[in-house]
Amino acid sequence: MQIVSQLLFLAALAAAVYFFSRRAAGIRRSIMLGRDTDLSDQPARRWNNLLLLAFGQKKMFRNPLVAVLHFFVYAGFVIINLEILEIMIDGMAGTHRIFAPFLGSLYNVLIGCFEILAVLVAVSCAIFLVRRNILKLKRFISRDLDGWPRSDANYILITEILLMVLFLTMNTADGVLQTRGAAHYPVTGSFWVTGAFQPLLEGLSDSTLAGIERGAWWLHILGILGFLNYLTWSKHLHIILAFPNAYFARLESNGKMENMPAIQQEVLYAMQPELAPTEPTGTEVPKFGAKDVADLTWKNLLDAYACTECGRCSAACPATQTGKALSPRLIMMKTRDRSEALSRGEQDKTLLRDYITEEELRACTSCNACVMECPVSINPLDIILQMRRHLVMEESSAPQEWTLMFSNIENNMAPWKSSPDERDAWIHA
Amino acid sequence: MQIKTMAEYFAEGETPEVLFWVGCAGSIDQRSQKITRAFAEILTRTGTRFAVLGKEEACTGDPARRAGNEFLFQMMAYNNIAVLNNYGVKKIVTACPHCFNTLKNEYPELGGQYEVVHHTTFLQQLINEGRIKMKEGGSFKGKKITYHDSCYLGRANGIYEAPRAVLEALDAELVEMKRCGSRGLCCGAGGAQMFKEEEKGTNRINFERGREAVDTGAEVIAANCPFCMTMLSDGVKETGKEDSVKVLDIAEMIARDMQE
Repeated sequence: MQIVSQLLFLAALAAAVYFFSRRAAGIRRSIMLGRDTDLSDQPARRWNNLLLLAFGQKKMFRNPLVAVLHFFVYAGFVIINLEILEIMIDGMAGTHRIFAPFLGSLYNVLIGCFEILAVLVAVSCAIFLVRRNILKLKRFISRDLDGWPRSDANYILITEILLMVLFLTMNTADGVLQTRGAAHYPVTGSFWVTGAFQPLLEGLSDSTLAGIERGAWWLHILGILGFLNYLTWSKHLHIILAFPNAYFARLESNGKMENMPAIQQEVLYAMQPELAPTEPTGTEVPKFGAKDVADLTWKNLLDAYACTECGRCSAACPATQTGKALSPRLIMMKTRDRSEALSRGEQDKTLLRDYITEEELRACTSCNACVMECPVSINPLDIILQMRRHLVMEESSAPQEWTLMFSNIENNMAPWKSSPDERDAWIHA
Repeated sequence: MQIKTMAEYFAEGETPEVLFWVGCAGSIDQRSQKITRAFAEILTRTGTRFAVLGKEEACTGDPARRAGNEFLFQMMAYNNIAVLNNYGVKKIVTACPHCFNTLKNEYPELGGQYEVVHHTTFLQQLINEGRIKMKEGGSFKGKKITYHDSCYLGRANGIYEAPRAVLEALDAELVEMKRCGSRGLCCGAGGAQMFKEEEKGTNRINFERGREAVDTGAEVIAANCPFCMTMLSDGVKETGKEDSVKVLDIAEMIARDMQE
């Protein structure tokens, strides 16, 4: 009987790992659809960002209350995962609480800490559900999230609460069995949280309790393996990708736009023809700006997959706040959707127009509010500006007023209609 | 006003302490010209040896670049850098955060390396050095002032404190809007929006910001950017409070209240 359970466990684990790695490779391929960009410079600053922004969740603390709750969930998942290690070994070896004899009284302290964290995780997730569904915070009821994204968020929170409840139920039943000296249940001492709930289960028989304990144990670990796979298809992927995204975050000042060396070169040759190469250097016609996800950098696409759709960007966006079509969160969601679709072979569409409209791109004031707010170092502005470059330079598509502004700059050295001779008129006025 | 150009300094074989980059709005727009004159007056009165480029100055290319026209931006940058390098310019001060951002962050990799300072930071330094002394009981003493962070000074370049430090010298009561500092709401002009009609929505960004500023009860909205100045002035007008609430650049406020 024991061996059957071990085999079942191994099969479940193998399936979970197989599907997870297959999907992870797929996501990697999708991200690598983007063009190359070298982000290997300044490793010290990058490690610092990783520590502060990802591990330390620095940006979350712009709203301290939510940050603390989110930190419970984050710390809970990271730390309780130590317990998963034991569960894995137990599952494969057919043992029960294999670490208990080695750790002695420390074991009880550890489990006690996990239990406290589990309660904090469950309570925090419940508060998050209330914020989403009862308090109806503006950024959560936004139309951005209509359909799957809204359900996704709720499924994640409910699953996390269920997993914590299963973990606590398992420990409660285990604790009662321990006090009765049941076989296979090594005595570890009363657990800190579930110890208090043991009286609730005192009336049950040993076999019922063992059933509850085993049932909760199995559901908990299967739930975790399932969740591991679910998150790769969900906004919850941020729990993994927030880390590389913080490492590869932009290090330059927010106000600096990426240079385009190809065009810098063109202009140089136009101004100083003697520097231009006499032989044509390449046959490839360079593409300016971004029309589709493959024109964006892999960091832009990593951003899209790291997005957890929290909407802090859109809540701060001046365009979104005044009812424009633009929502930076949607820019990220659409970029991810298009990357996914392109990976699946959607050839007849492009990010521009099929996913993101010109109206959205035109509404941006480049104010950097979205960039400033994002807790996981996403830069929606960079995508918007690259797409604007495509519109103007590849399609000559600009509002009439912009075309006029361009020609004013070109002819009058100022974006307005005025004579360059008037430029110092203010001195004499 | 007696203001020397870079060319005049050059002809005399001299170098000014700093180049005052006026910017297009500051040169052409009538309201912004007042800011330019106020700042030039401060520079003159503090004995700062400064020059302007005059007719040789051209748009930095910021709006073209943000609208997507990289060619035009590179053209403007190429020419401006040639002019600046030709005069051996080392230090630039400007009253426009957009020019400031472009000159400071975008010109270096194109060959234009200068120490670039925004005029609010420059004013703070003049005050700290004692070169600007304020009158006792100036015209802003005890008055409520709110400060609007421009995006290109604030979030783009992390400058939040210098303008506030300058305002403190006015002995006024500084009241903050709810959206201030790194959370400041844009005026709606950045990213080349200044030069086109706003996309359709439920409200105009500058109306929203104007309302927020007026609701603080401040008599003066302090700005640091000629585009914000235009947008906020219209925003205040929309609330019907343009007679009781003034939008002023920080340089204008200092010029008004500094000792002779």
